Amino acid sequence: MSEVLVEREAVVGPIVSPGELLPYAVFAGVLLSVVVYFVGAEAGAMSVLGSGAVHEFVHDARHLLGFPCH
Amino acid sequence: MVRALLVRGMLVGLAAGVLAFAFAFVFGEPQLQAAIEFEDLRAAGAGEPGQAEPIGRSAQRTIGLLTGTVALGVAFGGLFALGFAYAYGRIGLPGARLTAACLALAAFATITLVPFTKYPANPPAVGGGGESIDQRTLLAFAMIAITACALVAAVRLHMQLTRRLRAWDAALVATGVFVAVIVVAQLILPAGDEAPPGFPADVLYHFRLASLGTSATLWLTIGLGFGVAAERLLPPRARHARG
Repeated sequence: MSEVLVEREAVVGPIVSPGELLPYAVFAGVLLSVVVYFVGAEAGAMSVLGSGAVHEFVHDARHLLGFPCH
Repeated sequence: MVRALLVRGMLVGLAAGVLAFAFAFVFGEPQLQAAIEFEDLRAAGAGEPGQAEPIGRSAQRTIGLLTGTVALGVAFGGLFALGFAYAYGRIGLPGARLTAACLALAAFATITLVPFTKYPANPPAVGGGGESIDQRTLLAFAMIAITACALVAAVRLHMQLTRRLRAWDAALVATGVFVAVIVVAQLILPAGDEAPPGFPADVLYHFRLASLGTSATLWLTIGLGFGVAAERLLPPRARHARG
């Protein structure tokens, strides 16, 4: 029993190298920026689509997730 | 390994987005609706024509809200998995579940809780007019960026200090530096806009509480859910570490 506990709580070394992680991190970072842009901003001077449809569609999510809205 | 973690992160993020939607729908939507009614009443009182809404309220509070929380949940979940892959075994925390929980707590504090003390979430009708939206968006993201930098600096400081000081003292100094940076930043940054006269205080309070709860639900699900998923995935490498 105690052996199992030790096994789970022991500190281990890194599991991936930074080089292996980098391309994933760049891609995910770009993706997150796009998502945050569309959910969180897409309004006024920062709008690229212009119609405001995306802005209105996720309107409630933006308010409740704490982004400034209008 | 990275691929497997990323897939699990996005799946957990999907579930977190759905749960956050449920929380926001139950606790946030009534407050949001009350704020919109206040806004409409004020506009009607001022003789302004009603705005033509391209998207109906029923779509905004259901599928629109769900789209927003799920999109953000999947994106946060994926990035969280990559952050976990880097942090696991590097920040000195034992176990996948504890590492994931602490990372999620840090993310919640950095993205939501600490910036919230300066620029809290606002319901419709609160937070100034449309002309200041660009500046307010910029300030909100600046506060998040400052918090993230302060947190990284405090963690690095803590790791250096633990070699020289006792653990508790190192934690106190690092926390003090973090708080000091946040306080100075909040003193320098301009104040957020206030609620218009007559806006019901209890609606504002409950809306902000619901907003905090929505983000907390998101990060709690990611932190605890990903911890379980990662623990099953990771090889029990610690078997020989301490006998």
